[in-house]
Amino acid sequence: MTQVSMRVDGVSYTDEVEPRTLLVHHLREALGKVGTVVGCDTSNCGACTVHLDGQAVKSCTVFAVQADGAEVTTIEGIGSQGDLHPVQKAFHEMHGLQCGFCTPGMIMASIDLLKENPNPSETEVREGIEGNLCRCTGYQNIVRAVQQAAGEMSGSSDTLGAQA
Amino acid sequence: MIPAAFEYARPTSVDEALQAVAEGGEDVKIMAGGQSLIPVMRLRLAAPSTVVDLGRVAEMRGVRDDGDALVIGAMTTHAEVITDPLVAQHAKLIAEATETVADRQTRRRGTFGGALAHADPAGDLPAVALALDAEMVVAGPNGRRTVPASEFFVDYLTTTLDEGEILVEIRVPKLAGDWGVRYEKFNRVAQAWSIVAVAAAVRRENGHIAEARIGLTNMGPTPLRASATEAALNGAAASPDAVAAAARSAAEGTSPSSDLNAQADYREHLAQVLTRRAVTAAAGL
Repeated sequence: MTQVSMRVDGVSYTDEVEPRTLLVHHLREALGKVGTVVGCDTSNCGACTVHLDGQAVKSCTVFAVQADGAEVTTIEGIGSQGDLHPVQKAFHEMHGLQCGFCTPGMIMASIDLLKENPNPSETEVREGIEGNLCRCTGYQNIVRAVQQAAGEMSGSSDTLGAQA
Repeated sequence: MIPAAFEYARPTSVDEALQAVAEGGEDVKIMAGGQSLIPVMRLRLAAPSTVVDLGRVAEMRGVRDDGDALVIGAMTTHAEVITDPLVAQHAKLIAEATETVADRQTRRRGTFGGALAHADPAGDLPAVALALDAEMVVAGPNGRRTVPASEFFVDYLTTTLDEGEILVEIRVPKLAGDWGVRYEKFNRVAQAWSIVAVAAAVRRENGHIAEARIGLTNMGPTPLRASATEAALNGAAASPDAVAAAARSAAEGTSPSSDLNAQADYREHLAQVLTRRAVTAAAGL
């Protein structure tokens, strides 16, 4: 067993883990952060995306020991009931989900994209979230949601409102 | 899916890493970003007894200018390579190809050196390293040695790295003169591996192609140079017709596999088409 310490959604945790423990399993099973889901378990679908020191990663493809000393943000740490993150709000308003399983990862990947590119074109959104698969929506409303969130986060929501 | 149990070592210097690898014995695996290793461990296609994690070896990370060459630390992540100003200035082909690797999240963790040492024939960066005549700086128990890319890749997933050795940095000679570059990749869906891809660097001089370097991805168990096309282009007119004629020999000397994605003859066809496109773009035509 190896001792790991990490801050997850603003709270510090220190635990003993087996080195083979994947970060996503540690988050869900040891820390109860079940908002982050396991989708494909093969590094393809991106449902398990979290931020590791501010960068989107697939938490099924990181060992918990690699996150020792890191700051982890999950879907549970970006907003709250009544005070949603602009990307969460946009997914809700634009119907960017159907079954909702891909949504935590979609939102975490989208936040990472918008940090790097605050005003992405449709193509840039599609390429920016190419690591996340959705089997319900056909992506149309997801792309709209990310673009609406971009408008809101950069303070130009009026323009996007006019487009909609 | 959960990997088999292993011992974990997390060195903070190259010397410590070499020691950890030596102590790990025969069944040790060196982990860079883990974006290829963790998936195969999860499937238990690999079950090393010890994993040596290079993630905290700070001296292996970053890009520096070394006169006529760029030196890229093996642990520099794909995302860092893409945004690095030195890479943009002196080795744009690497940035262009790296942008096509996997997806955003994977590029945050995956590393330049890890992708080269993994030596997947469908990986994008080995062919680029080969086209740019990069040199691999390898540390081992007996000191360091430098291996040209042309000798580094030996077979499917196999390099000249011996047991106990670590790829620490990659020297990429700067391109001197008026070079254009292009990476042309053909794959089926987003984030998929290359079915075939072509890395081209072309130097133009007085309306002619003075020099062309072309690396082929997934046209055999190792990355290859399209030598016949390179020879045909050297001194050729910088015209679409001359490029198209030269590109017809792009698959000469290759041995592509047939698999679920493509038959060998289809890959040969793709190599010609993508070479024509890559060289045309690199030559600014």
